Amino acid sequence: MDAVISFLAAAIVAGTPLLFATLGEIITEKSGNLNLGVEGMMLMGAVTGFGVGLSTGNPILAIISAAIAGGIGGLVFAFLTISLRANQVVTGLTLTIFGTGFASFVGKSFVGAMSPESIRLFFRPIDIPVLGSIPFIGPIFFRQDAFVYLSYITVIALGLYLYNTSKGLNLRAIGENPGAADAASININLYKYLHILLGGALAGLGGAYLSLVYIPAWQEGVTAGRGWIAVALVIFAVWNPYKAIIGAYVFGGLDILGFRLQGTNIQISQYLLSMLPYLVTIGVLVAISMRKSKRNSPPKGLGIPYFREER
Amino acid sequence: MFRIIKRTEISKKNSVAIRGVSIVLALIVSGLFIMVLSLNPLEVYKSMIDGAFGNDYRVFETLRKAIPLCITALGIAVAFKMQFWNIGAEGQLMMGACFATYFALFHSAMPKPLLLTVMIIAGMAGGCIWALIPALFKAKWGTNETIVTLMMNYVAIKFITFLQYGPWKDPNALGFPKIASFPKNAILPDFLGLHIGWVFAVILVVLIYMFMKHTKIGFETAVLGESEKTAIYAGMNIKKIIIIAMLLGGGLAGLSGMIQASAVSNTLSVSMAVGTGYTAIIVAWLSGLSAPIIAVVSILFAALLEGGSFIQTAYGIPESAALILQSMILFFVLGSEFFVRYKLVRKNNTASPDVSKAKAQGLATAKEVK
Repeated sequence: MDAVISFLAAAIVAGTPLLFATLGEIITEKSGNLNLGVEGMMLMGAVTGFGVGLSTGNPILAIISAAIAGGIGGLVFAFLTISLRANQVVTGLTLTIFGTGFASFVGKSFVGAMSPESIRLFFRPIDIPVLGSIPFIGPIFFRQDAFVYLSYITVIALGLYLYNTSKGLNLRAIGENPGAADAASININLYKYLHILLGGALAGLGGAYLSLVYIPAWQEGVTAGRGWIAVALVIFAVWNPYKAIIGAYVFGGLDILGFRLQGTNIQISQYLLSMLPYLVTIGVLVAISMRKSKRNSPPKGLGIPYFREER
Repeated sequence: MFRIIKRTEISKKNSVAIRGVSIVLALIVSGLFIMVLSLNPLEVYKSMIDGAFGNDYRVFETLRKAIPLCITALGIAVAFKMQFWNIGAEGQLMMGACFATYFALFHSAMPKPLLLTVMIIAGMAGGCIWALIPALFKAKWGTNETIVTLMMNYVAIKFITFLQYGPWKDPNALGFPKIASFPKNAILPDFLGLHIGWVFAVILVVLIYMFMKHTKIGFETAVLGESEKTAIYAGMNIKKIIIIAMLLGGGLAGLSGMIQASAVSNTLSVSMAVGTGYTAIIVAWLSGLSAPIIAVVSILFAALLEGGSFIQTAYGIPESAALILQSMILFFVLGSEFFVRYKLVRKNNTASPDVSKAKAQGLATAKEVK
């Protein structure tokens, strides 16, 4: 039982970067833009957060700078695809290439360096008084570090925003049918810009968690494709922030499952196991498109740029 | 302030000029990154060119890098033409290499020409199958192809890792996880100093060009890409078009993978997946999906990569600088597309001349009447 609890708690830790990135991309896609640059934005956040953390030792400054870096990545994407009407798929891919190059370039000087003592200390597991004592659930969810708690807050905040506020409703309208939203005097471009930026900031936070807390050191390619998994997780979560938790933690668990199984007698090749997240995502996608349920489909305007004159 | 008007046509000169300006801007911005390293950008750029084309050996290396880019990009261009966002070239490439490797490893007793032919067919088949799966999902249920093709990339890489560390691990490698090197039988021969892949590339450029411009299916692909509704109205079989275009895309990527495995690395390895599939997407897109331009752009991109490696050893500039340069060029070209398609017109806050004249006349008449 203890082993299960510690495994699940570790799955949450492993899944937190995925969660941030997924939440960010959910917001972006809800606004109708498919930003494939998540991996790039995560890396930009990871290297910036780490760099700032290394030189200042201040955890708050570090994560703020990571969010800003990711946000800048998002801003570039938004500017190119909204104002300059560039192709979203290619722009996103380019952002990933740029983010990868940028992180590798900037991080060259601190490869192998560990996250500073002060930051690791700040993000140590904190036991929440009453909640942490609930049997089973307590040790899993409520003995985590502050960054993980931030992710819980973000999930709830985004969920409330999307489904319980009028601005959130506007956002959903833009993603589904920009023409109708435009006719209703919603400022499409402003919403898109803001949400793509926010999406980038969240991706940056996800990256920072990796370099500052999870590993916690700087290495080349620290994200290891998690940005791409996040793009898939958005679909797995059917564009719903609450369901994003399930996806992120399941995949976090799959991530560490390989290691955990090595000590046991279970003889599945870890490589075949590592295929699971991707196969499952494909399965979910196919199932969704087969069912074509309204609640669970992608925003209809996803990936299609909206320009008033071309209606 | 500014009004955005779509251009009705644009002169070739202007469009080339706009692209040219964007590339120069990209070089300048990347130059800033280089200056941060206290180096002279002009010197570095010159070295990159030198590193890519400086001597015979380097030219061949550049061409060697260009071949897989070219072939894969051709396949991607066909898919993109019908707005089928095939991001899965990387996986299709690897699976092509994988299928070809099966024959190289376990049926190497065949005479060389036969073995190589079988490997080529196997390579194309591997890529085709890998591309067919997302194509079928799209044709049947409208499943989003971007994510599925992307996921298939990962499945392919993990699968090959599994083979490399498991069933296909070379027993002679003293525990090091690698697949055995191909026997001489399974290695593509050279032609004029470079492996025969370049001949394939040239032939394919011509074939794809003719396919897109002079065949019915090629035309239908373009129509489908422009407007799905038009294609349906014209009675075209959408599902068939999607599948054929993807088979082409996958087959070419698979062929490219087979060539890499056979002629370049002489084995199958996960480390072969260095993003060729993704770079090829960029090449295809930058070339405006045109076959002959793809040939040129692949060489230029290969030069960028080769030059990037060179300056890494010459100046200690991290290889990542080449990535930054690559993405900068792309950002600026992406942005410049806007200026090619639209023009900015300054909004006048005064009325047009005709209205002004009429207004003046009206005022004059009113004065007279008074």
